[in-house]
Amino acid sequence: MDIFGVSPQLLLGQLLLGLINGSFYAMLSLGLAVIFGLMNVVNFAHGAQYMLGAFVAWLLLTMFGVPYWGALVIAPVVIALFGMALERFLLRRLQNEDHLFGLLATYAVALIVEGLVLHGYGSSGLPYTNPIPGGVMLGFMFLPYYRLWVVAISLVLCLGTWLLIERTKLGSYLRAANERSELVEAFGINVPKLVTLTYGFGVGLAALGGVLAAPIYSVSPSMGTNMIVVVFAVVVIGGMGSIAGAIVSGYALGLAEGLTKVFYPAGANMTIFALMILALMIWPSGLFSKAQ
Amino acid sequence: MSEAQTPHLAITDLNAWYGESHVLHGITLDVKPGELVTLIGRNGAGKTTTLRSIMGMLKNRKGSVRCLGQETIGLRTYQIARLGLGFCPEDRGIFASLDVQENLMLPPVLKPGGMSEDELFAIFPNLKTRFNSPGTKLSGGEQQMLAIARILRTGASLLLLDEPTEGLAPVIVKQIGRLIGQLKARGFTIILVEQNIQIASQWADRHFVLESGRVVDQVEGGDLTAHMPRLKTYLGV
Repeated sequence: MDIFGVSPQLLLGQLLLGLINGSFYAMLSLGLAVIFGLMNVVNFAHGAQYMLGAFVAWLLLTMFGVPYWGALVIAPVVIALFGMALERFLLRRLQNEDHLFGLLATYAVALIVEGLVLHGYGSSGLPYTNPIPGGVMLGFMFLPYYRLWVVAISLVLCLGTWLLIERTKLGSYLRAANERSELVEAFGINVPKLVTLTYGFGVGLAALGGVLAAPIYSVSPSMGTNMIVVVFAVVVIGGMGSIAGAIVSGYALGLAEGLTKVFYPAGANMTIFALMILALMIWPSGLFSKAQ
Repeated sequence: MSEAQTPHLAITDLNAWYGESHVLHGITLDVKPGELVTLIGRNGAGKTTTLRSIMGMLKNRKGSVRCLGQETIGLRTYQIARLGLGFCPEDRGIFASLDVQENLMLPPVLKPGGMSEDELFAIFPNLKTRFNSPGTKLSGGEQQMLAIARILRTGASLLLLDEPTEGLAPVIVKQIGRLIGQLKARGFTIILVEQNIQIASQWADRHFVLESGRVVDQVEGGDLTAHMPRLKTYLGV
């Protein structure tokens, strides 16, 4: 039985792939949204930090024999610490300047990091063994267990982050500081520390995404660049700084991309950008923006 | 000077800048424990700027600002607040993305001795019924009550209130006037920026008159009628 002339196998298969891509989009745009909301920094290093997560996981495995499950914890922590140092010594100095300075500084960091990895390890992908081999026949397609794990953990992380921000005391500090950080500081809250930790959290989330991606996509210096362009489109569609917007549009755009692959494969790579232009024309500040 | 008379706030020759522009020119004033002083003057005289400088919200400031016995000129805003200061900004500063409860609970407790929730609800009964509404859905008067209530929880002993009656209906202005009297009676030290001369004179021990970022006069609060003509020339009313 066909659906609009397309076999259900193909349709469901592509939707599932879209969901997996969407999991990465959601995790990465979530981190970007958290960072932008509090710091007004467009973190162009986000893709490089995602790549570093995958790369550190590969280094841990090949150099130190640390397995995937260890890397899943260690790599994000290491990259988050790197991020916090970056915030403390570079981004903090730019906080009173135009947003453009933060964007340029993080872009420079991304280029340097990618250049160093490229110089040291070349541009061809480094293989990373799938830690959960095998899969299950769903009837319409074979679903590798690892991809199921990625979708599940991404959902848990996104929901957990949303709850943290919307439902906890710490989250209320963050939301208030998004609106007016100087007033939050005037209540005695250590806002500089909050900013450092928030940046570390966003960067750690990107690195965790990178570790999750390592067994699916090959580990290469450019893996972040490819991802970040799409993720920025996701953030623009969801509304800069909107947490729910980042999550929902991340998954939605992954699925939209999957659907395009079925019905118009040639257009798959530009679907997200076409939607971005459309969204910008209709809702310039994003679907989930509170600014309107 | 005895321990009790050590000023809660002693500002000496405070200069402050917004970027390149020099906005405070050697402010000197002091506030004794339990005293209520007002900063009065025309728009742009530097009243709000003085409060913001006390909080360290203007990064570029020189001179001396001693709060509760400690020099704060080199401290960051959150460190100054933790000495026991409560700041209520001119625009009330209610957060739209927080509900009433979250707005109320946002400022952390700085010192023991703050008011309990029950005490606050006794003074501000409206807040309890609107607990889960977004903060900015409250009326102007309720927002002002919330902005004051949230700094009474924290144990702050020195309150900086920036035009708490601005833009409110006369009946609410009266309520806020009474509230300020209650706070003074409870022993809070208060610096009040107020355009409403009725409110300003009702409870104040002293008035500092500001003009172009300077203290140009100081008026005792007690006998207001004697000073009224003088005050009115400063305020241009």
